[in-house]
Formats: sequence, structure tokens, C-alpha cells
Amino acid sequence: MKLALKGLSLPLREFALEADVILERRSTAIFGPSGAGKTSLLDVIAGLRRPASAWIEFNGRLLADTARGVDLPPRLRRIGYVSQDLALFPHLSVRNNLLYGSRGGGAGGDVFSYDHVTRVLEIGPLAERAVTELSGGEQQRVALARALLASPQLLLLDEPLASLDSALKTRIIPYLARVRDEFGTPMLYVTHDRAEARALCEEVLEMWRGKIVKQIGMKEWTE
Amino acid sequence: MSSEEWRIVWFTAWVSVLSVACILPAGLPLAWILARRDWPGKSVVETIVTLPLVLPPVATGLILLRLLGNRGAIGRFFNDTLHLQLVFTWRAVLAALTVMSFPLFVRSARSAFEDVNPRFEQIARTLGANEWRVFFTISAPLALRGIVGGMLLAFARALGEFGATVMVAGTIRGQTTISLAIFQAVDLGHDPTAYRLLGVSVALAFGAVWTSEWLLRRREASR
Repeated sequence: MKLALKGLSLPLREFALEADVILERRSTAIFGPSGAGKTSLLDVIAGLRRPASAWIEFNGRLLADTARGVDLPPRLRRIGYVSQDLALFPHLSVRNNLLYGSRGGGAGGDVFSYDHVTRVLEIGPLAERAVTELSGGEQQRVALARALLASPQLLLLDEPLASLDSALKTRIIPYLARVRDEFGTPMLYVTHDRAEARALCEEVLEMWRGKIVKQIGMKEWTE
Repeated sequence: MSSEEWRIVWFTAWVSVLSVACILPAGLPLAWILARRDWPGKSVVETIVTLPLVLPPVATGLILLRLLGNRGAIGRFFNDTLHLQLVFTWRAVLAALTVMSFPLFVRSARSAFEDVNPRFEQIARTLGANEWRVFFTISAPLALRGIVGGMLLAFARALGEFGATVMVAGTIRGQTTISLAIFQAVDLGHDPTAYRLLGVSVALAFGAVWTSEWLLRRREASR
């Protein structure tokens, strides 16, 4: 995978988000304190926020080039997004949440099937439930499965474990690792928890007040 | 109740329902756009939409009379091209009720759309949904309470409209609304007619509000 961001700039409240970076690892942690601009960075990559300027290319596909007025809408970017609040559609059952973005599954090489995804994340039996009846960990896995079923080529995870207590976190991390290994979808993983970053990612981007201050392999990452 | 009184009641209820039907196709998209988009001059549109709520109803009626009259901008088109008379017919009653109820619906639906977490819509887009699908499968269902509430408010407002209706339609036999008929009956000293129509007004208003409560309760139970 290759995600290239050039000259990205987005004014935030107190400072500007700025990024010039090339990501080529299978899983990258975006690490930094709250308010460093991590979520805004994901929003720009997903196409949910329009940057003041940016050139974004993913695997050779141009996603945005503000200089030439190119701005691919989110629905065409094939980038999955699990937001911090999960945003499970409250008026739909688990099954209809999962199928919302599904591309059918089965035959196509890069398309994940319903059965496969629900088996890996162990949520098959929840299909007929209302999302409001699910436990925190179940909601987490459903949100992840929903994003996967749209067969994204890149997965953005915004502090997906932030709302869970530490016991539950240690139970969910293996699922994320399974998703990474089983489906091979590259992921950007926003977190402010070092242990999570270490457990899941090969590389770290450290952010501070809107800037990427460090890009380093996980093995070399100390402080 | 006399058959003439029944006719007044049916006419009023029927035109009020029709006015809500006229409001929906324009009011629903407008409410959504006001809730979700920003553009220069938005405040002007907001003000114009709210105007019928704060103007004296007879003033709105006078504007309508000028527009719908056979020499008015709209009336001339209907008269010359479609050979339809507007003022002093049921069509003018419908126009008056629609214009007068429009702001109530738009305000209610708009705040309902604003209450929908924008993350739901954004995530739906990342799952491949286009704007139509987002509207019909996410925004509208999640704002349904406010939309139904706005429809019932608009209906109730239409039932009671007086000032604008009297300007454009006067009191014609067979197309008089309950409000006009009550005024006329009191004016002519027909108190029993006035009280019977008053009773029907209360019953209709009660029915509208009670139905909305019931609909919302049922919706909650089905979640």
C-alpha cells in the first residue's frame, strides 16, 4: 500500500493541520494527545472534510488535488472508517447495519463476504438484534465488520477502543489483529494508547498540534 | 350538525391535508438544506421562509391576493394558460393554508435534521451511499419524529387559518373553512352553529395531537 499526502493543510481552531507524508506499511499508528488533529487527518483522508490544500494519492489513485479542483467524494474513495462513537445506525438492525455498504461478496477478488466477516469477528448470532441492545465490545465488532463489508482498500480506525474498559480492550485487540491478518486491509489506527499501538501497528506517526513530528518504525519507537 | 356544517368540516380537513401534501416536496429538501449546508445569503432564505409566521396573516393574504389574482404573476399564468381561476376558489384556500403552514413544518423538520448526528451521514457516505440514499435511509428516518411532528403542526395550523384565507377566498358557500364559518356564524348571531363547529375544531385538533403521540410511541416500541 502507498498513501501519499502532499502539502496537506487544514485550518483548525488553534492551529493548522499540516501533513507531508508517505505511508507504505500495512498498519500505521497515529499517536498523539487529544486535540492534536488526528481525527481531522482521518476526515481529510476519507474525504469528509475538505482541506484548504492537499494532494492525496492512494495506490496510484488520485483522491484529492485542490490545485486542480479534484476532490473524490467519500463514497468513491473505498476507504472504510470506524469513528470514535462507532455511529451504528440506531434505526437499523445489526444485519442491516452490516449490509448497508456491502458490495455483495463472494466472487470478486477484493470483495469480502458477509459470512467470512461475521465469522472472523464472531458476530453472526447478533444479526437480528437491535444495535442499541449490544454490549460495548459487540458494537465495536459490528462497526468494524460494517466497514469491512464495504470492501475498503484502506481502513481508518479512530480510537476504536477508547470507550471500552481495559479488560474489554484486551479482548478486542485480537479481533483487530485478526482483521489485519485475515483480510490484509491496510489500516491507519488513531490512538493515544502506546500498548494498543504496539500490539497492532508496524509504524508510528506522532502528531503534536497539527503537525506530524515523528515517523518511525515500531521497533525503534521509544519515547 | 346540519349537512352544510358537515360539508364545512370535510372541506377544511381535506384542504388542510392537501396543504400538508403540498408542503412536503418543497419543505423537506429545504429543511435538510437549511440544516446541513451553508451558503452566502442563507439568512435571507431563512427569513423569507419564516415571514408568514410573523407577518399579520391578512398581510400575507394580501400578498397572495396580488400574486394569485387574474392579473398577478401567478394568477395570470393559471388563468391564461391553464384557464384556471385561483382567487375565490378552493385553490386559493389551499394556497393560503400551504403558505401559512409552511414555516411551521420547515422549522420543525429542520431542527429534527439538525439533531441527527452528522457522523451517521458521513459514515454512510464512506460506505458508498450517494446523497439520495443518505437522505432516504439515514437522515429522513432518523428525523422522522420531527418530520411527523412538523406535518401535524402544519395540519393543525391549516385547520385554524383565518386571516390569509379570508383575503384570498372570502366566504363562499361550499368552500368555507371552519374558522371562517365560525366567524360568520357569530357575526350573524347563529350561536349554535358556531358552538358545534367549535366542538369539531377541538375534536380535530385533539385527534391530530393524539395521533402524533400514538405514532411516536409505536415507533419507539418497534425499535
